[in-house]
Amino acid sequence: MIALALPAATPDEGFVAPTISDTHYPDIFPFGGEYGIWFEGGFGKQMLMIILSVVLIASFFLVASRKGQLVPGKFQFAGEMAYGFVRNSIGKDIIGGKNFLKYVPWLFTAFFLILVNNLFGAVPGLQLPSFSHPGSAYAIAAMFYILWVGIGLQKHGLKYFKLAVVPSGVPWYIMPLVVPIEIISNFLVRPVTHSLRLFATMLAGHLIVMLAGSAIEFMVMSENFLLQGTSLLVLVGALAMYMLEALIMVLQAYVFTLLAAIYIEGALNADAH
Amino acid sequence: MDNAVILAAGTDSPLAPNMWEFFVTVAGFALLFFIVKKYVMPAFEKTFAERAEAIEGGIAKAEAAQAEANAALDEYKQQLVEARTEANRIREEARSEGAQILAELKEKAAAESARITEQAHVQIEAERLAAVVSLRAEVGTLATDLASRIVGESLSDDARSARVVDRFLAELDEQTSSQSAGVAK
Repeated sequence: MIALALPAATPDEGFVAPTISDTHYPDIFPFGGEYGIWFEGGFGKQMLMIILSVVLIASFFLVASRKGQLVPGKFQFAGEMAYGFVRNSIGKDIIGGKNFLKYVPWLFTAFFLILVNNLFGAVPGLQLPSFSHPGSAYAIAAMFYILWVGIGLQKHGLKYFKLAVVPSGVPWYIMPLVVPIEIISNFLVRPVTHSLRLFATMLAGHLIVMLAGSAIEFMVMSENFLLQGTSLLVLVGALAMYMLEALIMVLQAYVFTLLAAIYIEGALNADAH
Repeated sequence: MDNAVILAAGTDSPLAPNMWEFFVTVAGFALLFFIVKKYVMPAFEKTFAERAEAIEGGIAKAEAAQAEANAALDEYKQQLVEARTEANRIREEARSEGAQILAELKEKAAAESARITEQAHVQIEAERLAAVVSLRAEVGTLATDLASRIVGESLSDDARSARVVDRFLAELDEQTSSQSAGVAK
């Protein structure tokens, strides 16, 4: 947090690095902005982008799945590949069993919502990964937290909490040590890491690209010829970071969904772990 | 520096969420989830199932046809065996029935011949008895007749008495021959 705030603490030097607040564009529709920290800020670009992503994903898959030909066209094939990836590589392989199809809509929605919103960060013009705003990451992780705790309770009843925090095959004298660790790691830390992993990687990537962008701008605008030349090196570095960031955007969508599937599987088979 | 830390921990903290973000994300997720669950997933699953059906269905159909053919073959074999058994049974039955009929006929013929023989015996016996009875009755009459004739004629005349006896015997002969002719009839 100190490191993040540091650039802001040196405002009078030549180069002013972008800060977190620069990732928040002015509100388009500031309703609700006055309700303190929980309603800090109003309706802005990030929310519009989430709505846009829902429209894009829904229309793509609705069109791709509509025909349902046995020999698919290119469009349908792409849709089937995407759906089959989440269904088989994440749903079937991790959750398995007969009932994994029940959870595929959750995984599918999460994967493509995160993927498309992350990739918005690599699209010129949009250039903002929606999940670099913490509210969205909290929201989606919270939904999965409720989902897998709910699955555990539905499957095992209140015994689920015991199954989840008391590992089998551990000697009784280690229990006082293990049980609190399990409670903290399973029920307190897990949703936090689930959301922060996505949020932090997106924010960090976005900041790096933004930093590189503003640095190039500053260098090109400067009078110093050497600095202008150096901007080319920064540009090369920025492009490399941009590529890396694009990879991380895809990877994080996969990681989030994979972890969600693992948590669901863990709740379903709490008695076997 | 201190100001910066305070600033970072305050409203500008990267961890502080905007509730619009939260609610829009939840609403967007819910809407997308509904669309996926209601339209996208069933459509894809249907296509997948149809494709699997088209591939596996061919194999399954061939297997089903093979099984059906095998079943039909078994059935025909079974029917053939049944038919053979039935034929054997009928043949056997016919044979035993024939033998029975033959035996019955033989028995009947024997009984008939015995009956005819018996009847003939009885008839012969009855005729014999009738002949004896009629002879017995006639012998007396004849003897009396002869005696009266002998007595009626003069016994002194030997020649005449000899004639009478001869005539009587001739009559008797005649009578006897006519009687035997009647029996033969």
